[in-house]
Amino acid sequence: MKRWLKILSFMLVVRPLIIIVIGLNVYQRERLPTQGPHVIIANHNSHLDTLVLMSLFPWSQLHRVRPVAAADYFLSNRWLAWFSTNVLDIIPVHRDGSAERKDLLADCQTALKAGDILILFPEGSRGKPEAMQPMKKGVYHMLKETPAIGVTPVLLRGLGRALPKGEALLVPRNCDVAVGDSIYADQTVENFMRAVDEAFVDLKAQCQGSAWLDEGL
Amino acid sequence: MFEIAPHARTVVLAVLGLLCVASLSRLWLAQRNPTRDYQELKLRIRSWWWMIGLLFVVLMLNRQAGIVFFAFLSYLALKEFFSIVPTRLTDRRVLFWAYLAIPLQYFWIWHDWYGMFNVFVPVYVFLFLPVRMLLLGDNNGFIRSAGVIHWMVMLAVYCISHLAALLTLPVINDAAGYLGPVLFVIFLTQFNDVCQYIWGKQVGRRKIIPLVSPNKTWGGFIGGCVTVTLCSGLIGPYLTGLSWQLSLVVGAMIAVAGFFGDVVISSVKRDLGIKDTGQLIPGHGGILDRLDSIIYTAPIFFHFYRYFAY
Repeated sequence: MKRWLKILSFMLVVRPLIIIVIGLNVYQRERLPTQGPHVIIANHNSHLDTLVLMSLFPWSQLHRVRPVAAADYFLSNRWLAWFSTNVLDIIPVHRDGSAERKDLLADCQTALKAGDILILFPEGSRGKPEAMQPMKKGVYHMLKETPAIGVTPVLLRGLGRALPKGEALLVPRNCDVAVGDSIYADQTVENFMRAVDEAFVDLKAQCQGSAWLDEGL
Repeated sequence: MFEIAPHARTVVLAVLGLLCVASLSRLWLAQRNPTRDYQELKLRIRSWWWMIGLLFVVLMLNRQAGIVFFAFLSYLALKEFFSIVPTRLTDRRVLFWAYLAIPLQYFWIWHDWYGMFNVFVPVYVFLFLPVRMLLLGDNNGFIRSAGVIHWMVMLAVYCISHLAALLTLPVINDAAGYLGPVLFVIFLTQFNDVCQYIWGKQVGRRKIIPLVSPNKTWGGFIGGCVTVTLCSGLIGPYLTGLSWQLSLVVGAMIAVAGFFGDVVISSVKRDLGIKDTGQLIPGHGGILDRLDSIIYTAPIFFHFYRYFAY
């Protein structure tokens, strides 16, 4: 039931919105995982990020794709909570410290065990439009026990211009999505984080059309 | 619905026939050289089927559907411009207003308000956008933004809207119907692109503007112009209300304007350091990569036609 609700809302609302209002230039789409368990990490500039990432997956995989999202925002009111749990099917994270860090990881690990594809934003919050903040190490700690699960870095460019943090006005523009090669947590945390940072630098070089976005900051 | 004038129908069938030839040629090529990769060509031809199919279905419905279709085309083109050409973060609100110029511009066309259609973007949008900008209170880069945003609205909205305006002109040539002139300018512009390319490959040596577009040669340009002018003389009287003499003149104008439209968008891409303006059309690039020459030929044909045929 939930699975069909998710597919239907993406088919009728999210995909048409993304095709008409946003328009994506996707680089190396073939690098996206075809099945779970897998982790997608992306930079975070806009509420559109999650929807765009989810729309990249085929209908048959959509129910497996689950964003890890902040409970204090996404469960903050009844309607948003309904949308978050039933359509997005999020894994809620309590940022206020009310839950143990272990539990947080446990929820994600359970989902991975069930074969889900997780979407994570290791920068934490959305931040300034198009500016990247340092990535946090949570992904590594989540996966160090199961290093066979791949982490695919995805760079999103331009969504922070379409709908930045704190703005309600959505201004249409095309956005770039560059998909990198999988990285694995079978190394030291420093090497892993360095590999992640380098991957994002490489992906940035591919989105030539968006290079000017860096000037405006 | 689907009541189409006989000459327009012949042209539609001829174009669909050409597409069939293209598809069959590709299959034949792939069969003959199984080792070579024709994926790019395949994508290109498939996209042609989609673009032409969509255009024909919409245009044959009625004039109103055509107007809405070209409005949507303007929107996609403007969106692509706003995505590749630098603007300031504070300009988001200005861009939003610039998008609103699209429904208004096509509203004038829908209601046959010729005077307003003509001056709305060059005068009123031109005056309004800087006003919206100054209210933002950001003086840094004001001049550049004002120029860039208006230029993009002119190209994507004003110029392309002339295709829709052609649909609303009174029909002179009953056998070609309201579709005739639009099909004429679109077909001739695309044909011009192809001719200049083929002539360039065959006899092109001396480059015209090597710094902007290294593939543009005098051979391609002149060969294309002559072919398109002659073709225009033939099909002009068939599809439009122009005599064959005037058709020759407008054919030459379309060939030259199409060339410059192509090169102007090339310059934009060179300046930005990008190869394509987007990925909307598989095998072709972005919508601006396809509309580049139409942006220049549509207004020029429209004004020539309106002045000399009526």
